[in-house]
Amino acid sequence: MDFISILSIFVLACFVGYYVVWSVTPALHTPLMAVTNAISSVIIVGALVASAEAGSATAKWLGLAGVVLASVNIFGGFAVTERMLAMYKKKEK
Amino acid sequence: MLSNFSGIFMALQACADITNDGGACDPGNPNSHFALGMRALEAADPAHGAVNPWVALAYLIAGVCFILALRGLSHPTTSRAGNRYGMVGMLIAVVTTLVTHDVANIVEIGIAILLGGIIGFTIARRIAMTAMPELVAAFHSLVGLAAVLVGWAAYLNPGAFGILEASGDISAVSRIEMGLGIAIGAITFSGSVIAFAKLSGKMSGSPILLPGRHVINLGTLAAIIVLTGLFATAAASGTMPLIVALTIAAFIIGFLLIIPIGGADMPVVVSMLNSYSGWAAAAMGFTLGNTAMIITGALVGSSGAILSYIMCRAMNRSFLSVIAGGFGADDSAGGGGEAREQRPYKQGSAEDAAFMLKQAEKVIVIPGYGMAVAQAQHALREMGDLLEEQGVEVKYAIHPVAGRMPGHMNVLLAEANVSYDKVFELEDINSEFAQCDVAFIIGANDVVNPAAKTDKSSPIYGMPVFDVDKAKQVFFIKRSMGGVGYAGVDNDVFYMDQTMMLLSDAKKMVEEINKALGD
Repeated sequence: MDFISILSIFVLACFVGYYVVWSVTPALHTPLMAVTNAISSVIIVGALVASAEAGSATAKWLGLAGVVLASVNIFGGFAVTERMLAMYKKKEK
Repeated sequence: MLSNFSGIFMALQACADITNDGGACDPGNPNSHFALGMRALEAADPAHGAVNPWVALAYLIAGVCFILALRGLSHPTTSRAGNRYGMVGMLIAVVTTLVTHDVANIVEIGIAILLGGIIGFTIARRIAMTAMPELVAAFHSLVGLAAVLVGWAAYLNPGAFGILEASGDISAVSRIEMGLGIAIGAITFSGSVIAFAKLSGKMSGSPILLPGRHVINLGTLAAIIVLTGLFATAAASGTMPLIVALTIAAFIIGFLLIIPIGGADMPVVVSMLNSYSGWAAAAMGFTLGNTAMIITGALVGSSGAILSYIMCRAMNRSFLSVIAGGFGADDSAGGGGEAREQRPYKQGSAEDAAFMLKQAEKVIVIPGYGMAVAQAQHALREMGDLLEEQGVEVKYAIHPVAGRMPGHMNVLLAEANVSYDKVFELEDINSEFAQCDVAFIIGANDVVNPAAKTDKSSPIYGMPVFDVDKAKQVFFIKRSMGGVGYAGVDNDVFYMDQTMMLLSDAKKMVEEINKALGD
């Protein structure tokens, strides 16, 4: 994929992000931060690639360390978001 | 060895670019695309060279799931489904990566994920809701560090990421992306560590101002840009010192950028670091040509940027002035600072407050961070329940900068079981103060200060505030008359005729009011 195609995806995703985030209710801004934090750990993909390949031992260990860090974030981020969202209740009248 | 990304891109390339030379689909011919600045098409591995557009599709679906995850947060009723979408997206991305690579050491990877998972899960279970800001800051630092590690791994083992050129070097574009990814990641890491230390009280929240800090900061930033440029253009053999210097400079600038920023501006900082962690992921996505990472990075980046903007607007501060730092340290003499003469105020007891609350028809509660510090949210909800039993209408008004991060107060009230349809934002409820009988201020201060509307010399001038002075009666719970808000300014609300000061610990005071209400 050439640079321009990737850039196009990126720019369009920025616009999608802009409109989607403005539609998030302010009451949920803290869960928003927690969940964006969890999904930005998709960087684990890069860490997995690095740790899976045998080319360089250093790169492998860096990759594995990256996998650990990103996993903390993924599990922690989604779990804490779930915990917070479960608290938002409407009282039955 | 060819990462399967290469295969995907070749496939897409072949479909999208038929006019290209005939080698587009041939994984064995790595020379076909380089002239066009293609990435990731290198070091073809015959075993995996077979093109698989499904992989690209899988990453795209993961990206769409992440968009839906954020979309779900537009309303509390859809939010949990949104979070599930996020999990599904992450699962798709991870499984796709594992399936499409020669994973020689699945056990090690499994252990790494399990280890991280246990740590993350335990933290998420145990963390107190009041500590959310520092938790989020800590999590940001992990994303930043992971980005640095991935960037370095890509530098050391470029073949695995498919970013080698025919000459055996990493392409200049890839190096710029890699350099930027490492730099942003490192800034996110060290900045978040400082933010975490400040938020958790391990470090003083007051700004630390180095002499000539603007010069140092701009110099370091310029150095990072120059180093990135050099890193991209240098001969392959000479890049190691450059990338080391780049990484170190970025770690330093992250640290320098955050230490001069005071506690009051932390909501902006946390949002800003949120944004950085997204851009770091996006930069890595560019290096890997991975759509899931690019989409996610862009989403998170814009999310953090918008939250920073909302926070700045709520404090009437420009983003630049927040970044320049030093709020609350210098020129705090403005407003009523030095002219704090002893003015008369009325003090009341819990019984008085309870009596008047019972008589009221409509009560608006304005919680601030002081409520969270005193852990008074549960007692407060109980008070709301007791009042509603008496037929009093109770609403909660939340200022965007109440608490230490965007939406923090909403979470704390939700934790205390306050129904979310009783909680309102500033602009939705501000017109109702004129019709309310009691404005009940608990642990908030600057957000109700009328000086923001009237006193041009005040440091908080221009900040949107609640019009509590329009309420018939104001109850102001405060520990003592000595303390001032974050901004360090006196508050005229204390001395208004209709104000009754309830000087005590917030939790104790509300509990006493509850007792009096029960009688």
